[in-house]
Amino acid sequence: MEITYIQAINQALHEEMHRDENVFVMGEDVGELGGAFKATEGLLAAFGEERVIDTPIAEALIVGAGVGAAVLGMRPVVEMQFADFISCAFDQIVNMAATLRYRHGGRASCPMVIRAPSGAGVHGALFHSQNPEAWFTRVPGLKVVAPATVYDAKGLLKAAVRDDDPVIYFEHKRLYRSLKDDIPEGDFVVPIGVAELRQEGEELSIITYGGALNQCLDAARIVAKEDGLSVEVLDLRTLLPLDREAVLKTARKTGKVLVVHEDRLTGGFGGEVAALIAEHAFEDLDAPVRRLAALDAHTAFSPPLEEYILPNTNKIVDAIRSLAAY
Amino acid sequence: MPEAQTKTEAGAVAHRVEYELQLYNWMKLIRAFEERVSRLHRQNKIFGGVYSGAGQEAICTGICAPLQPGDFVAPLHRDLGVFLVRGVEPGRLMAQLMGKETGLSRGKDSFLHGGDLERGVFGSTSMLGSSLPVAVGAALKFRMKRENHIAVAFFGEGASSRGDVHEAMNFAGVRKLPVLFVCENNRYAYSTPLEKQMAIEDVADRAAAYGFAGHTVSGNDLLAVFDLTERVTRRIRAGGGPELIECKTYRFHGHSEHDAALYRDKDELVQWESRDPIPLYEFYLEKRGHDIKRIREEADARTHEILQAAVEFAEQSPYPKPEEALEDLYASPPAAGRRQAR
Repeated sequence: MEITYIQAINQALHEEMHRDENVFVMGEDVGELGGAFKATEGLLAAFGEERVIDTPIAEALIVGAGVGAAVLGMRPVVEMQFADFISCAFDQIVNMAATLRYRHGGRASCPMVIRAPSGAGVHGALFHSQNPEAWFTRVPGLKVVAPATVYDAKGLLKAAVRDDDPVIYFEHKRLYRSLKDDIPEGDFVVPIGVAELRQEGEELSIITYGGALNQCLDAARIVAKEDGLSVEVLDLRTLLPLDREAVLKTARKTGKVLVVHEDRLTGGFGGEVAALIAEHAFEDLDAPVRRLAALDAHTAFSPPLEEYILPNTNKIVDAIRSLAAY
Repeated sequence: MPEAQTKTEAGAVAHRVEYELQLYNWMKLIRAFEERVSRLHRQNKIFGGVYSGAGQEAICTGICAPLQPGDFVAPLHRDLGVFLVRGVEPGRLMAQLMGKETGLSRGKDSFLHGGDLERGVFGSTSMLGSSLPVAVGAALKFRMKRENHIAVAFFGEGASSRGDVHEAMNFAGVRKLPVLFVCENNRYAYSTPLEKQMAIEDVADRAAAYGFAGHTVSGNDLLAVFDLTERVTRRIRAGGGPELIECKTYRFHGHSEHDAALYRDKDELVQWESRDPIPLYEFYLEKRGHDIKRIREEADARTHEILQAAVEFAEQSPYPKPEEALEDLYASPPAAGRRQAR
């Protein structure tokens, strides 16, 4: 049956809570309302108030209480209503949760998922458009995933719930209802730490993740048709730990790499990908690694401003052509 | 009065007497342990930050003694006593302070950041107050699983200014969770005195705003802390919701061993030294008819023995291997580059 990206998230939560009674959800408006985006819809009716916990507006509490329950064997799935608000819980994530196993000498676990609805392109402006993944991809002890398909939205969330470490799950808001797919019914997981080749190609590689994947695939179709270019598209799916082998494999294969993400350019995750390739696949490159990302500005509100800042299919097409011509 | 009942009462009294001596031994051990740690620090055998709780022993002892196995305790950096009273082996604790492989965190973090969850002691971070939301989460688990345990979170009056403390107390109040909040008010956040931290005198006053009871008690009076904690924890365990105990106290040392605490008034220190919790409790035991000289000597001999063994164990323990720096980050190594259909 065809379902949307957000239905996939909702299904994963239902199934995981049904499968394991230690799984519970907690966050702002996750109960009666079913979440600001309806990701937790129906959970209250199915599992009751003790496992579907509405909290005050208190992100540090939400993550911190998740840690406390997780170290005692629970598997909390906590929600940041918008990924933008995750900064309010920054200390609890990077200092409390991420260091927990380490500072307990390996004798404690923090099996927690932090769901973070991220991304721009929905006129959310400065504080409802952010892609804050790069703040976390340099923190040992965390895992960071960013599903770009309906299948992965479900499979990665299930994998995250079953993982014994804290996982930040960035779900892209623009994909919630725009993305539909017919995925298999029943239980499956998408392993954390494994990238996926979305399209094979010969002349150039695009490495991307999250909300930018479909724009990259559209751009690849356009240049295939109009320019006869054969473009490979690698979806990272997990940013931390990064599937280094997959990145280096595609770089070595085509010799030209374009890294695309919706997050800002400077300090964005694309820098890490580019550095990895420069360090380990330099001899195989036929051109400098190129990055296409949001401009180094806040995600402005007015449509012409937002469009100017964000990457889109046309900008990706231009970047492919320029790189192919190098 | 039937004979059997008299016997039971006599038994209870004997038990109480025994217990009161045990409390004394704990305070003595904590004080001696911390004095040893300060000395080892001066000798460069313990490096990094050392935060003495000297002067505050009655709090760790009085709060933790009435707790039960399975309760969750989140101590502060100054609460070495919590580890000891909860039953963490002194040797492992000393090894922790020396960065040894046998320490609680296997050399990963310094001082008291290594917890021992088997004994219900959660390792804190240096972001003071951040353990309070965690304790609230532990209490949520007890509630969900119908476990008759409570969570105890220590914080200073310094940390009471942090948002985490507000968020945790507010939510604990809303959900009536089994949490005991313990404020160790030692009047200084590093060098900043109470009057520059808050516009009120008692942190306990804030409890009312969260819908639960707040108590103040002399944190240097062991029996007062113990008796209050017994009453309060009984209510919390019975489902009465969170409560806050604010212990008024003073640290005899500076913020850390590097800090001469010159910002404090000498007279103030002398006044508080005269309220030292250990002689205060000895006075009580004497009033109870104990031969305090004998008890003190016995306690000193006992703690000396424990500490000798702990230091020996820690000094003989190996340092971790360098490459262990990359262990304990994750439960298991990341998945290898396995491919997956679709």
